[in-house]
Amino acid sequence: MTQSKGTLYRGREGMWSWVGHRITGVGIFFFLLVHVLDTSLVRVSPEAYDAVIGAYKNPIMIMGEIGLVGAIVFHAFNGLRIILVDFWKKGTRYHKQMLWGVLALWIVTMVAFSARHLMLFLEGWN
Amino acid sequence: MTATNSEAVLPAQGIEAPRSGRVDPKYLRSKTTSGSFEMAAWVFMRVSGIALVVLIFVHLWVNLMVGDGIHQVDFGFVAGKWANPVWQFWDLTMLWLAMLHGTNGMRTIINDYAEKDSTRLWLKSILYIGSTVIIILGTMVIFTFEPCLLDSTTGEPLPRAVCPN
Ligand code: HEM
Ligand code: HEM
Repeated sequence: MTQSKGTLYRGREGMWSWVGHRITGVGIFFFLLVHVLDTSLVRVSPEAYDAVIGAYKNPIMIMGEIGLVGAIVFHAFNGLRIILVDFWKKGTRYHKQMLWGVLALWIVTMVAFSARHLMLFLEGWN
Repeated sequence: MTATNSEAVLPAQGIEAPRSGRVDPKYLRSKTTSGSFEMAAWVFMRVSGIALVVLIFVHLWVNLMVGDGIHQVDFGFVAGKWANPVWQFWDLTMLWLAMLHGTNGMRTIINDYAEKDSTRLWLKSILYIGSTVIIILGTMVIFTFEPCLLDSTTGEPLPRAVCPN
């Protein structure tokens, strides 16, 4: 095994995955606050709900939704990796390999999601 | 090694953890019971995380990936889902777990970055009040939702209503 220079932790993969996990967690949290508020409009009137949800159906918001799902998928897969590092006997030994696994799975999921989301969006766009 | 002190070589016989009970209280890191709260919070983050993967991925799948995707989402779509107790329960669980998980995560982050006691207290107060309001609002929306809206004068279902027939 090659020994790296500098600190064990700062600036290495472990730190960047932690930064990514933290930023996506905060982002999802603020989205969820707004999302419960917009959903609560179903109790105001059907028209109010449809008007606000209509905003989710324009091209800019479609990109936003891909960004949101990208954040969720990363946080979810990386969260499962954290759980494996904590509970699986060999978790600490393979944490780096698992991080590459997380990124590979993330790319596959996001290519598939984005393709399907864009396709459905374009089909129904008037 | 010739052990003469039999108590020292029998770890199974109730030997205390190192230094237990012998630490001057002023050196203890935690004077309260917050140790067990933090432990519970740590476990909760992991258990709720696993449940949330399923809850959220199915939520996104049903709302965005099947049918007409994002275009299908409107009042009638929500009414159709919440006429079914399974989706009511699904969303209620997702609401509570995601909000508690997210709030606890935000608490950790505030503890990490806000160094002044008063700043921490303020930020956490705002966090807890905001989260409580959102959880109560989301819960009430699910429980009081009426998919079959009726016209108050004619008693007929409104155009967007989803009624059992
Ligand atoms: C762009 C992506 C999303 C869309 C289009 C969407 C759409 C919806 C819709 C139409 C509802 C109404 C009920 C239902 O369909 O079950 C709803 C409710 C809900 N969604 Fe989402 N959602 C999205 C992302 C998310 C994410 C990422 C989360 C979790 C972090 C989430 C959490 C919730 C919760 C907790 C409720 C219940 C709200 C309440 O109790 O008032 N949603 N969402
Ligand atoms: C999709 C499933 C999810 C999984 C598997 C997951 C997993 C995790 C795990 C394992 C942690 C680390 C806890 C620790 O270090 O003790 C964490 C932290 C966090 N999560 Fe999630 N989570 C999920 C969804 C969410 C959602 C929906 C939100 C927002 C509402 C969220 C917000 C956060 C925040 C803010 C943190 C704190 C980050 C930090 O301390 O750096 N997570 N998550």
